[in-house]
Amino acid sequence: MGMSAQEIESMVKEALPDAVVELVDMAGDNDHYGITVTSEKFRGLSRVAQHQLVFGALKGGMGTKLHALAVTTKIPA
Amino acid sequence: MTNPVFDQIKKDITENDVVLYMKGTKTMPQCGFSGVVAQVLERLGIENYKDVNVLADPQLREGIKEFTNWPTIPQLYVKGEFVGGCDIVREMFQSGELAAMLEEKGVAHKKAS
Repeated sequence: MGMSAQEIESMVKEALPDAVVELVDMAGDNDHYGITVTSEKFRGLSRVAQHQLVFGALKGGMGTKLHALAVTTKIPA
Repeated sequence: MTNPVFDQIKKDITENDVVLYMKGTKTMPQCGFSGVVAQVLERLGIENYKDVNVLADPQLREGIKEFTNWPTIPQLYVKGEFVGGCDIVREMFQSGELAAMLEEKGVAHKKAS
C-alpha cells in the first residue's frame, strides 16, 4: 500500500499543470503525507471544491492506496 | 434508483443540525483525524451532535464517500451541508470561520473566549 512521493506529485501536476507542490512524508512510510498545493485553479472555489480537485487528481488513490494525505490548498499571491 | 445508504445519510443530515461521520465514537475515536474533529466540536461546546461510526457499517463507510464525493473519513455536516474533513475543519476552527458559520446557521455553540 501507499504511493511514492513522485507518483503523487506527478499526478497532481498532470491535473493542475500550474501547481506548486510541496510534499512531506510525515511518517516515512509512503502512506501518510502532508501536501501543500498552490494553484491558480483554486481561485474562486470553496475549500471543499479545492480539496476535491486535489483528490480528483489522485484518481481514487486517496482513501484506497493512500491512507492519509493532509491537504492544504493555496492560491498564488 | 434509490440507494438505501444515501437515503439514510440524507435523513441523518436533515434531522440533525450537526452530524460527524467518523471512525469510532465521539467519546472513543478510533482514528486521530476523527479525534481532531470531535475535539474541535467539543471546544466549540457542541455536545449534542450525532456521531456516526462508519466502522460499524461497511456499506455506510463506502456510501458516505460516494455521497459527498470525498475520499476520506471524518466528514462533518452542518445543517445538511458538507463542511469538510479534518484539515478543513481544523483550519476553519483556527481562523474562527467555523464559529462564524455556526452562528450564521443558527447552531448553538460556545463563543470563543
